[in-house]
Amino acid sequence: MKTATDQAPAKRSRAAATAAAAGTGAATGQAKAHDVVLQVRDLAVDIRTHRGTVRAVNSVAFEARAGETLALLGESGCGKSMTAKALAGIMDPVCDLADGEILLNGTDLAALTAKERLKFAGPELGIVFQDALTALNPVYTVGTQLGEAFRIHRGLNAKQARVEAIDLMKRVGIPEPESRINSYPHQFSGGMRQRILIAMAVALNPRLLIADEPTTALDVTVQAQIMQLLRKLREEGQMAVILITHDLAVVAEEADSVAVMYAGNVVESGPVSEVFADPRHPYTKGLLESVPVHLERGARLKSIAGSPPELHDIPAGCVYQSRCPLVQDICRAERPVLRPVTSVTGTPVTGAPVTGTPVNVPSGTEPRPARTAACHFSEEINNV
Amino acid sequence: MSEPLLKIDGLTKTFHVAKSASGNTRLKALDGISLTVGRGETLGLVGESGCGKSTLARTLMMLETPDEGTVSFEGTNPFGLRGKELLGWRRRVQMVFQDPFASLNARMNAGDIIAEPWATHRGLYPTSREREARVRELLHMVGLRPSDARKSPQEFSGGQRQRIGIARALALNPDVMILDEPVSALDLSVQAQVLNLLNELQQELGVSYIFISHDLTVVRHVADRVAVMYLGRIIETGATEEVFDHPRHPYTAALMSASPKLDVTGTRRDRIVLQGELPSPLDPPSGCRFRTRCWKAQDICADLSPEPQVLAAPDGTKHVAECHFPLDSIKGLTGATAAAMSTATAAAQSTATAAAQ
Repeated sequence: MKTATDQAPAKRSRAAATAAAAGTGAATGQAKAHDVVLQVRDLAVDIRTHRGTVRAVNSVAFEARAGETLALLGESGCGKSMTAKALAGIMDPVCDLADGEILLNGTDLAALTAKERLKFAGPELGIVFQDALTALNPVYTVGTQLGEAFRIHRGLNAKQARVEAIDLMKRVGIPEPESRINSYPHQFSGGMRQRILIAMAVALNPRLLIADEPTTALDVTVQAQIMQLLRKLREEGQMAVILITHDLAVVAEEADSVAVMYAGNVVESGPVSEVFADPRHPYTKGLLESVPVHLERGARLKSIAGSPPELHDIPAGCVYQSRCPLVQDICRAERPVLRPVTSVTGTPVTGAPVTGTPVNVPSGTEPRPARTAACHFSEEINNV
Repeated sequence: MSEPLLKIDGLTKTFHVAKSASGNTRLKALDGISLTVGRGETLGLVGESGCGKSTLARTLMMLETPDEGTVSFEGTNPFGLRGKELLGWRRRVQMVFQDPFASLNARMNAGDIIAEPWATHRGLYPTSREREARVRELLHMVGLRPSDARKSPQEFSGGQRQRIGIARALALNPDVMILDEPVSALDLSVQAQVLNLLNELQQELGVSYIFISHDLTVVRHVADRVAVMYLGRIIETGATEEVFDHPRHPYTAALMSASPKLDVTGTRRDRIVLQGELPSPLDPPSGCRFRTRCWKAQDICADLSPEPQVLAAPDGTKHVAECHFPLDSIKGLTGATAAAMSTATAAAQSTATAAAQ
């Protein structure tokens, strides 16, 4: 913890310079816990297909805070990975950023050219992918790949970069880094490869780490190790972490706040403890009820009937209408927007006043993101 | 329970591989597996990748021939059967695969896929009228429409494809279905639909399931009994509640502990995070295979492979663990308590093993 804090200003200097050069005037040094690092507003992504242009991500909004984990939760095809790629600026050529702002420490990444954005990849923003074997280059040693960030962004030579790479491997818990640095990705186990990928993402101490299903391909005992490592790195660097996952239990254990996505839209967001205890969108409620817990063995699980709409075929009105037990005429006519929702006690759940919060305050006293849901019947949902 | 439907005893399967780092070319994928499956029962099989779950499934499907050990299906050894008798046996054990996209032939329609097993088992539904009627019936059983028979697999969603895979396995009216990660490729909301379907089918047809999964939450929901595998051995078996609530083998305890839980009370659990990864099955550790990652390991664990021990379960069910120092049945232990405990048990255990020899 201490060492990381001491090193941070030195390692940051160039990152800050890049940010300043890009015209941001972002604050130097480590972000304070719970500061808003990333703000996404009205994000929309279009995909050009042979059947016409479809909207894969639609008016998505959320914020990520330093030292906290925001989970983007959703099933396959809901647009969560597309959102991550849009944030990192690595979308497929057939995808367009149609609308929205991506404010990273005040700089709108969406307004920058691809070349300008390159300066942010590494020093400001790191990304970890699901499949470490395809994300790593098989023809270079891991040392070369780990050192790349230092050579490109900090101008180090190969020898200096190697020293940094060994240091990184130690940080992410790879044993015998001095000898393993010359190995190729296929010579590592799945868990170790994921550690290497994480090391590459955090090499330059970014403020924002995007982890796209980082443990889905791993066994559960290794998943626990990787999650422990991500927590450690998040605390050391006071990074904001965006964790993309389909696993409700991972969200419950790892995230501070959650944005639930469905058919390209955020349908509900807020602190995990509140959203999971008292869901205010029928989709979130349905997901939570689909998990086989607290049930007699073999008891019938509640499931959500049907399947998500095709992107070509998103209905007017609410995106969830075809599967929703509460659907009314208004749901077919009018798409509900994300709006603040009230808690069980009837008072609106809003952010607590931001004070000079110390690091690692117990949960409950930190500033909370507001709870929102996109449903016409958020208030009535628990009466059915 | 009377005589189990399926009884496996000391099953061993070794593969020969080209070359490994240590020069060892024998990979013992199954190392003395003993299990029973009762009629209408669900046996959950859990373990990490490479532990031998799939080899066991393939051996039970007779896709592999075991080196040693016996399989007894209602008293007959299927590996001794030939011709018609073998065909009859194959009908009774069927499998549902993990990937609903890879396991259905994209060039056939759903009806033909479901009817294909009858091309081998000709006597079952000899006329085309019977076959068509049965396809409709099977589609109905798995919650699809009769008109779906003419659609090709790519017209279905993942969950619907898995239903077709289940219908195909049911086509031969099996007694045992081996479900190899049947819901892990599916989204959560669809997973619940398929689990409900499997449950209904079992109640209706009385078929036994061997349910292979890495998702402990799902296994806890579906299984009557659980077997935990590690590097080719079954290290713990018992009634589901008993194994989940009172794991006796340290590996089972660690596995349960590592699995994320949907608990929103906000208290972060004290978690056992195992160090290291699964050793290569080419070079399994001497003695107990788990000792390299076990926090309770002593000298004896390296020297002597632990024998299966029948442990007292409070509810009277049979609970077996292969460990020199099984955990206290009161509560899965961690760290300090375990260390303090182990000295006492070590003494007791070494006397016990000495006496046994």
